[in-house]
Amino acid sequence: MSVLDSINYWIAMFLLITGIYIVIARGNLVKKLVGLSIFQTSVYLIYISPSKIIGATAPILAQGFSLYSNPLPHVLILTAIVVGVATIALGLALVVRIHEAYGTIEEDEIHEQDQSAT
Amino acid sequence: MIESNLPALQVILPLIAAPLCVLLRRSSLTWLVAWSASWATAAVSIAILLKVLGSGTISYAFGGWAPPWGIEYRIDPLNAFVLVLVSVVAALIVPYARRSLQAEIRSRQHYLFWTAYQICLTGLLGVTITGDAFNVFVFLEISSLATYILIAYGQDRRALVASYQYLIMGTIGATFIVIGVGLLYLMTGTLNLDDMARRIANMPLYRPELAAMAFLTVGISLKLALFPLHLWLPNAYAYAPSVSTAFLSATATKVAVYLLMRFSYTVFGRSGIFESLPFEEMLIALSLAAMFLASTVAIFQDDVKRMFAYSSIAQIGYMTLGIGLANASGLTGAIVHMFNHAVAKGAIFLLLGCVALRIGQPLMSQLTGLAKRMPLTAAGLVVGGLSLIGIPGTVGFVSKWYLVMAAVEKGWWWLAALVVISSLLAVLYVWRLIEVVYFREPSEKLNEATEAPISMLIPAWLFVFACIYFGLDTSTTVGTAAIAAETLLESLP
Repeated sequence: MSVLDSINYWIAMFLLITGIYIVIARGNLVKKLVGLSIFQTSVYLIYISPSKIIGATAPILAQGFSLYSNPLPHVLILTAIVVGVATIALGLALVVRIHEAYGTIEEDEIHEQDQSAT
Repeated sequence: MIESNLPALQVILPLIAAPLCVLLRRSSLTWLVAWSASWATAAVSIAILLKVLGSGTISYAFGGWAPPWGIEYRIDPLNAFVLVLVSVVAALIVPYARRSLQAEIRSRQHYLFWTAYQICLTGLLGVTITGDAFNVFVFLEISSLATYILIAYGQDRRALVASYQYLIMGTIGATFIVIGVGLLYLMTGTLNLDDMARRIANMPLYRPELAAMAFLTVGISLKLALFPLHLWLPNAYAYAPSVSTAFLSATATKVAVYLLMRFSYTVFGRSGIFESLPFEEMLIALSLAAMFLASTVAIFQDDVKRMFAYSSIAQIGYMTLGIGLANASGLTGAIVHMFNHAVAKGAIFLLLGCVALRIGQPLMSQLTGLAKRMPLTAAGLVVGGLSLIGIPGTVGFVSKWYLVMAAVEKGWWWLAALVVISSLLAVLYVWRLIEVVYFREPSEKLNEATEAPISMLIPAWLFVFACIYFGLDTSTTVGTAAIAAETLLESLP
């Protein structure tokens, strides 16, 4: 099995690690959420890739087709996308509130303000 | 009709109450809706528990689609027990919350708080009741999203940052759980937990299953705040509104502990995976670290809510220790400790809410002489604290007794000794509180303070009474937990 055969998985792993790296390394709260979003998206690829068979159709009985893709992972990922969107929306709403309260969205500046307050 | 559809009602009642709260908007009306929905939910869960104890596991096919194709709600003694725990705690907190919310949250936002509360309850009950792996993830995220909102309502602006941090870590945990579920689906072709367990048992162990187990364990551990994945918890509990802290500390982490039991025993029990992965050893080591380090950190906290938040991390260590011991006494101890800790921490955080009503965020230096101004609150805090230590006669003693027994049964005397020694650390931080509360003159801030209103004291004291009652009469809790532990152990080879 060459690298090209499982290129989807390599891309998914690359995105997964990129996403989690951004979450850890960036101090900007919005950029962290972008990283989180990339991280979540990579998992969608892990689900979708194995369920797609090249040359196969949707599982509807029809003449001339005998190869079908599994629709279940697609449906699951639709749900996961909704959850992901809700998470990012809530995260961004929190960032707006944090900006109102602190006047900044940089993690270290927020930390500094908290330290000097106590 | 109603009786056969109880499992569906369990989740749907709070789910319907949530949008109803948004429509009604009036603070008092939404409180009434939340009140009726939570008490109805609690009644349903008790009915389910009695049914399960009477006639065995319930399998409910949602929408009439037979499992494993449709979504199945599967209730055995273990999750019936957790359902009762979550819904009864939720129901008891609602009457308390009325006054506490008036003091801590602007009244035009109350309806949103109740909406989030009901959605959170829906999610927690859903995770517990469902027998479908992907359903677990969806419900977990429903409850988590609502939890972030409940925390962000705190008066202190640090609540916002705490909520944000929890959102980041919680989402990483949830995504790990999705990866784990996805890998299991790839290997077994099913999402039904029961079916999955059977198929895993009948096939050789492949590497993706090991990866799935690892992802699931790390993901769930993030949600249950297992050391060292606990970083989100102290700030979240310290700055959330009193009601949210009491509700979350008593329920949210317990549901995650249940989930860890479900996956490590029911799903992977027969897979032989534990011969390839040092799961139990790792869990015991991390639990011990949590018990000692978190308790030590708790001793040095000035913010009392934060102190008890660290104590929660230590107490979660006792539960995971029971899971790691993997024998009947250990599991019984872990399951009973879920209940016992919920009762003790519920009591403590509700009473701290009474203090917060009078003086705001309770700091150690401001609690001096609390017993002279608010004697009932102070006495309740002492009982809760004693229960955290595990003094005989309180609930904490019962669960620690079973954990020590489990260690002795395995012949691990050192572990039994460590459990006892770690309890001594709890003595230190609880004594620090007692000393401040009882043996000093009232601080200036407390001079004007009087006992909290009766509507808050009664629910809080119900928790305190439960601390003592279930410490003396252990037949109900330990009896149910022992049956639940037995069903878990049946899934082991």
